[in-house]
Amino acid sequence: MPVGLLGRKVGMTQVYNDVGKIVPVTVIELGPCTVLQMRTVDRDGYEAVQIGFADKPRRLASRSERGHVAPLASKRQKSLSAAGVAVLEKAGCEPKKFVREFRTDGEQVDLQVGQELKVDRFAEIKFVDVIGTTKGRGFAGVMKRHNFSGQPAAHGAKKVHRQLGSTGQNTYPGKVMRGKKMPGHYGHSRVTVRHLKVARVDLENNLLLIQGAAPGPTGGYLVVRPSNKYK
Amino acid sequence: MSDLLKLTEASSLRENPLEFAIGDTVEVHTRILEGDKERIQIFSGIVIARRGDGTRENFTVRRIVAGEGVERTFPVNSPKIAKLVVKRHGRVRRAKLFYLRDRVGKATRLAERRERKQDEE
Repeated sequence: MPVGLLGRKVGMTQVYNDVGKIVPVTVIELGPCTVLQMRTVDRDGYEAVQIGFADKPRRLASRSERGHVAPLASKRQKSLSAAGVAVLEKAGCEPKKFVREFRTDGEQVDLQVGQELKVDRFAEIKFVDVIGTTKGRGFAGVMKRHNFSGQPAAHGAKKVHRQLGSTGQNTYPGKVMRGKKMPGHYGHSRVTVRHLKVARVDLENNLLLIQGAAPGPTGGYLVVRPSNKYK
Repeated sequence: MSDLLKLTEASSLRENPLEFAIGDTVEVHTRILEGDKERIQIFSGIVIARRGDGTRENFTVRRIVAGEGVERTFPVNSPKIAKLVVKRHGRVRRAKLFYLRDRVGKATRLAERRERKQDEE
């Protein structure tokens, strides 16, 4: 998988394209991201690039979070280095709020720990996949959750307007089918939207404009990677 | 609205904002592509509404064509609007002139608003 970038959803708006047509776009503040760690087969059992986005104030970051991005002096560290254990290379940056890995098994990756990745990586890319967490709807009924039609508002309907109706059939099969769509928790799930068109790349402000919608609320964190659909 | 969104919209906004008011009689010059030739089409009428913000701002122009009311809504910042000419200012007291839709004939006219002269204190 090619290494993508992490970002934050700024919101939606409209812009005009070069033929003067309105394009609905989602604005994503994409990067700059820092490479925090390179996962290797020898050490971790798999290959990946770990990158982080958005600084977290040091007072809010745990000691392990701070120690992950910069070397921390500790007794344990001292004893480890005395025993001859090599210290892992650190990025030397501020602790990050949003950290994700991109698997790069068997791929050639020319990235170093501490390197800063910017939105210019997407300058030549036409389509992207966007991964985010959808807005949580709580415990939702079937009309909202599964687009059921509900029941009539009138014509004798009595206190039953948004229910799901019958769930089973008859003597056969005599049970409710497994997987029957019912009310339940809806939203707040990880969703990948594939093959969204890149409308514009703003290198100056680290913005990526994609045509269409991205999952999650304004201000929500997103993972953006070059699309591999229709290759 | 966040500053980053405003920055994004700034590139799609008109450099010289259109100047007109509600109730104005205007001529909207729109660019129209016919095949590969570009042509200017004029739509004239009274501005009855203006709504939205930033790139989403639009305005509605109403006119009577062959006894039938016709309304067209234009995005204010569309590059397809070549020019907007204000022909006459109407004297109006509200921001949305939807009451004109219920009127016919002479009643659809608006009184003209003239700029007050400087020496007329």
